[in-house]
Amino acid sequence: MSNDSQKPSTSWRIEIDADRCQGHNRCFSLAPQLFDVDEFGQGFVRPEAMGLDELRERAELATANCPEFAIRFIDTPSA
Amino acid sequence: MNNTQTPPVADWTSDFDHVHPDYNKNAHELWETLRGSCPVAHTQRYGGAWLPVNYEHVREIAYDTEHFTSEAVIVSTDRPVVPRPIGAAPPITSDPPFHTTARRLLLPAFSPKKIAGFEPDIRALCRAKLDELPKIEPGHTVIDAAIQYAMHIPVGVIARMIGLPVDDKDLFVSFLDDLIGGANLPQEQLSAARDRVDTYLDIQIEAHRRQPQDDLITYLLNAELDGKPLDPQHIRGSIALLLLAGIDTTWSVLGSSLWHLATHPQDLKRLVENPALMETAIEEFLRAYSPATMARLVIDDHDFHGHAFKKGDWVLLPFPAANRDPAVFENAHTVQLDRAVNRHAAFGLGIHRCIGSNLARLELRVAIEEFIQRFPSFELASPQGVTWSVGQIRGPRQLSLRINQYNDPGTGQPA
Repeated sequence: MSNDSQKPSTSWRIEIDADRCQGHNRCFSLAPQLFDVDEFGQGFVRPEAMGLDELRERAELATANCPEFAIRFIDTPSA
Repeated sequence: MNNTQTPPVADWTSDFDHVHPDYNKNAHELWETLRGSCPVAHTQRYGGAWLPVNYEHVREIAYDTEHFTSEAVIVSTDRPVVPRPIGAAPPITSDPPFHTTARRLLLPAFSPKKIAGFEPDIRALCRAKLDELPKIEPGHTVIDAAIQYAMHIPVGVIARMIGLPVDDKDLFVSFLDDLIGGANLPQEQLSAARDRVDTYLDIQIEAHRRQPQDDLITYLLNAELDGKPLDPQHIRGSIALLLLAGIDTTWSVLGSSLWHLATHPQDLKRLVENPALMETAIEEFLRAYSPATMARLVIDDHDFHGHAFKKGDWVLLPFPAANRDPAVFENAHTVQLDRAVNRHAAFGLGIHRCIGSNLARLELRVAIEEFIQRFPSFELASPQGVTWSVGQIRGPRQLSLRINQYNDPGTGQPA
């Protein structure tokens, strides 16, 4: 078990492929803290939420639930 | 009208008929039999049609606008002559590039943020319908949850959004019976049914020309495509689409969800005791009881994974069957209300993703919430009390439920 005061050694980011996105809005409904949508239903990532530890699980869930496989989840090494 | 003259089916692999009453009734077993023996079934009915039940095939066809056209999406005995590129019901009957702009006209009205604002009205509608039910004697009273509840929710919402009188709902249902349930009727009857819809909508649209309202008919009357007002057939076709797509489908999955809860008391209890489960439960109902099967027409002869698809053949897109594919979904045949990973295709895949998906989800969630809040315990009144629909939209058209527990809406306590 990790020590709560230690930061994990990786961060994460996600990318949405705008051409694949068809506006199912699963991402927005699962993680509105992380995603936003425009008036045509296209999904966007909120830049300020990217990489936050507490949103990693939601980010992975959103990625796994996109019917169009439009979201890519990438583990990144922290600075 | 409900067509009872469909010839019997001897062999579902080579002579399937999705409009035969046995198809929807035994859908889940039938799809698994086909998945194991003949995953791309064929029939000579309807001038030639195919039924691919596997997720990957359905996905491939849905994405392939080179080989398959959306010119018509409800399988029928004829091949309708439709005005291209608009089609009879744009944008569902449109192909790219026209499809893209036609679809963009409607997307904003159905965006998640726009739709979220309807929640209070939908909740009020659900409560009103529940209030209208006869006095409930727990353990005795039987209601028809399809006719007395499920049907009214999507009708009330979409009629108001479009700008049609909610009181005409029986007429809307008759349109659906004709066009979906009666899809295998002779051409003249189908044409007459289409004309009835057109005539009705022409009157409603004309009334909006004279007196604009704050609704989708007026929005479309004022909309422009490439700098010009919309063709009247475009307006009428889109209104027909929104009306018909907005009723039958949501009503069906709502009825199926209530059927599931009536036949799985453990799941009902779990949902009543854990309201937070509703988010994943809704997606699982959508996966396991997806209401809508769409279709395409083959543009030119070609080989599809060893099958000789001919120009003009229908190809059904059974999203409900794809959603039960064990190659994609773990424990595909089990309804798991807490299923966390659920990338189901109930609303389609690709460019024709259902525009109404946000509205459908909201209606489904609120309607189930209100129903189980009022009736935390219910069961099927009898095995004969369920009648499944006929045709490409699957759901119970009759659902007799015995109410075993009833919460008084005033006190929230058992009555």
